[in-house]
Amino acid sequence: MSTAALTPARIAARARRGRALKNLGIFALIVVVLAIMLFPFYWMVLTSLRSQVDNVSRVPVWWFTPTLENYQNVISRNNFLDFTWNSFVIAALSTGVGLVLGLPAAYSIARFKQEGLAIAILIARLTPYITYLVPWYLAFRALGLIDTYLALTLTHLIVGMPLIVWIMISFFEGVPQDLEEAAFVDGATRIGAFVRVILPLSTPGIVAASILAFIFSWNQFLFSLVLSGPNTRPVPVAVFNFISYGQIDFGGLGAAAVLITLPVIVLTLIIQRWIVTGLTMGAVKG
Amino acid sequence: MKSAAAFIDRNARYLFPLPAILAILVLIVAPVVTNFVLSLYDFFVGGQPYFVGLENYQRAFSDARVWNGVRNTFYFTFFAVPLQLLVGIGIAVLFNRDFPGKGLARTVILLPMVATPVAIALIWALMFNPSLGVFNYFLESLGLPRSLWVAQSSLAIPSLVLVDTWQWSPMIALILLAAMQSVPAEHYEAARIDGASGWQSFWHITIPGIRSAIVVALILRAVDALKTFDIIYVITEGGPGTASETLNVLAFKTGFQFFHAGYAATLLIFLMFLVLGIAILLNAVRNRT
Repeated sequence: MSTAALTPARIAARARRGRALKNLGIFALIVVVLAIMLFPFYWMVLTSLRSQVDNVSRVPVWWFTPTLENYQNVISRNNFLDFTWNSFVIAALSTGVGLVLGLPAAYSIARFKQEGLAIAILIARLTPYITYLVPWYLAFRALGLIDTYLALTLTHLIVGMPLIVWIMISFFEGVPQDLEEAAFVDGATRIGAFVRVILPLSTPGIVAASILAFIFSWNQFLFSLVLSGPNTRPVPVAVFNFISYGQIDFGGLGAAAVLITLPVIVLTLIIQRWIVTGLTMGAVKG
Repeated sequence: MKSAAAFIDRNARYLFPLPAILAILVLIVAPVVTNFVLSLYDFFVGGQPYFVGLENYQRAFSDARVWNGVRNTFYFTFFAVPLQLLVGIGIAVLFNRDFPGKGLARTVILLPMVATPVAIALIWALMFNPSLGVFNYFLESLGLPRSLWVAQSSLAIPSLVLVDTWQWSPMIALILLAAMQSVPAEHYEAARIDGASGWQSFWHITIPGIRSAIVVALILRAVDALKTFDIIYVITEGGPGTASETLNVLAFKTGFQFFHAGYAATLLIFLMFLVLGIAILLNAVRNRT
């Protein structure tokens, strides 16, 4: 009988094959998406490891003997370590100050339901950063503070502090109020309870918020472009200047790009679950 | 000492946020107010300010370069954001299942949005390079004509949109993915029993289920796209000519290349109202849905 071909077992087998094929197609699409997302990074690394001759070849050279020459050049010729140090100091200081100002504010917003304040800080994040830059420039210029860590720390604070506040609000809301009240009963003051009870319980959040604030300061370009100088220039501005004046050294650019990006990627791997929460100012929970 | 602690305890709600509030007043509110004052003056950095009333505003309204900036700002934003939404939904649907290496895949798509924008922009500039860039090599390999990419006026903004889309579609995808995971599985099950196709359950279950997340993603992206600076300034500096000069880039040049602080402040007020206006508008839409 010809209908024998359609036994339930065969129908099921056919459906399985169809599903397997569909899954394979979906998996292939996922691989394509990931390849596109990674390609610029792959190209960055490739460029950094290729000799100048290979980098300016009209047909891309995909296979070559890697050289570390570009890295040596970037580091030795361009004070790259000084710029990295500047970036580090500015990011660390602005994150530190951001914590000192942001943690008590976030706690207060969480405990006393100060939504207005939360929204004010959100508006600070939404307003284009460049809006503040002309007045800042005039003020820092008048005070002789252009090209100082102070000016860069204060301005980078505006990048980090709102992030810290918004991440920590949801964290502090999760700390049971009983614990704090128990501390009050034991005679602790508000500050004592905050420092000795609330903060230790919130360490994971504080770590995540600090790393995010650090990354955002590290990546900041606009403020540093205007307010830094030879003594404080951070890496992004240094690398940007590097293309503006002088011939384009592809390999050097690649190496510099890898060196700026690497610390950020390492930090991202540590706190990846918090990245989207931070970028969306808490609109999405990690 | 004891009374100081008691004072702090009584007024914790004011004293705890006080340092942050002071920082905001000095670093944010004061500059915004200063911009309003500056916008009334003809003032070059290092020169004498002359009070000119609303002349800067009149001038801005009849300045073709300002309108070009407004046009480019909108062109970039309304090209990039819907495109990113589509790509983001696509990635979210693709990732909303179990597959080997899912955790790794989610980490990979985080990289474009956290990598230092200047580094990203430089690499894209290399890839766009008309004579040596890898993109033209790809085009040629596919038998397509070479392109000038950012070096051609009409392609400058579309090319920048490409960079922005690569950078930010993953964020939309991750926002939507989080929302998709909270759509109850029973809804899909019920639809399957009723004989709904995958496409139908996408339209009638997934999309309504993630609607508010879509609006949140749109607000965040629109607000950030309107003020995109790094990738535009590094890759094209607003060029060729003024072909990709957004309001943001124009205000920057006015302030820090032409040092025309008064006029720059005027443009910054425009930009601020534009961004906050659109944020408020989108938020109103969000509250209605």
